[in-house]
Amino acid sequence: MEKKSKVLKKLFFSTLYLSTFTFGGGYVIVTLMKNKFVDELHWIDEEEMLDLVAIAQSSPGAIAVNGAIVVGYKLAGLPGVLFSILGAILPPMIILSAISFFYDAFRSNLIVGTMLKGMQSGVAAVIASVVFDMGSNVVKEKDWLNITIMAASFIISYLFSINVVLIIIAAAVIGAVRTILRDRKGAKA
Amino acid sequence: MIYLQLFLSFLQIGAFSFGGGYAAMPLIQSQVVDHHGWLTMQEFTDLITISQMTPGPIAVNSATFVGTQIAGPLGAVVATFGCILPSCIFVTALAYIYMKYRKMSLLQGILGSLRPAVVSLIAIAGVTILISAVFTNGAVEFRMDNISFRAIVWFIAAVILLRKKKMDPVLVMVLCGVFETVCTLVMKWI
Repeated sequence: MEKKSKVLKKLFFSTLYLSTFTFGGGYVIVTLMKNKFVDELHWIDEEEMLDLVAIAQSSPGAIAVNGAIVVGYKLAGLPGVLFSILGAILPPMIILSAISFFYDAFRSNLIVGTMLKGMQSGVAAVIASVVFDMGSNVVKEKDWLNITIMAASFIISYLFSINVVLIIIAAAVIGAVRTILRDRKGAKA
Repeated sequence: MIYLQLFLSFLQIGAFSFGGGYAAMPLIQSQVVDHHGWLTMQEFTDLITISQMTPGPIAVNSATFVGTQIAGPLGAVVATFGCILPSCIFVTALAYIYMKYRKMSLLQGILGSLRPAVVSLIAIAGVTILISAVFTNGAVEFRMDNISFRAIVWFIAAVILLRKKKMDPVLVMVLCGVFETVCTLVMKWI
């Protein structure tokens, strides 16, 4: 049993460390997890890690949290999930609690206020750039149904204030119906 | 009851944000700004800015920030729990199914159609942030005193730095903030 407690401890501190020092979002942290658990500790083999990453990316929610869950589940079952999630969410929770606590004092400071105001334009530019990359990937695939989904969801969501959840569900249903039809066709042929 | 509302809101955010990173942003905006009015658009944009500069996923950062603002530390815990609960269930179930069957073509098909919709939703959230940066009173009204021409300049400059110079996003954002601050201080001083 001592080995299991050692695994849990290692899981907790690994995800805690990765979560504290990883800037730049889920895709970066998943790569670092691979470095840690595959290359350094040799607890998971490379091919299996690729599949675990695919699961983390296909599931809803933050990829960093999902990555921690799959790795925890793979290495130590449900207790592993619990420990690795705790490690992954404690750093952002502590940092954002502190920021939230001082936010009002921060915001009324002239320098911080104008900094944040200027950074708004920067954030809008970062999002525009990300959207451009993601959007051109969709267009490059030349899949007309997907391009239609992209255009339609933009128009519908922007012009009519329809709940974004409904749009996501509609797109998921279209994808599911299409896959089922295609599989059936493939089975007949 | 505020704790239950926080929990249910962030449960939806956790359950429907497919694709990681920015995918959660439109959902957070819809729940937190449009539906419940817990944050103003200004505060929401600040939150996204802060999230870019600190480690941790946008959804978890938002849950902690909104929870603390609305209902204190317990609010933060409840909201964060709501936002990661769908992940726990979905990922564990998927890992179980995967280890048993090793085939996920239906899921891949669903994700294939989800991605284009998510791109559009992120684009719209981006447009909303740009509008709140450019129009001083937050509404699209073309009057001289309502348009921040500096914000337009920073936006265009930032896009160029990101696309052409491949500069680090956080650095680009900080530069925008620094230029705005310098301009404001110089104008005050004159």
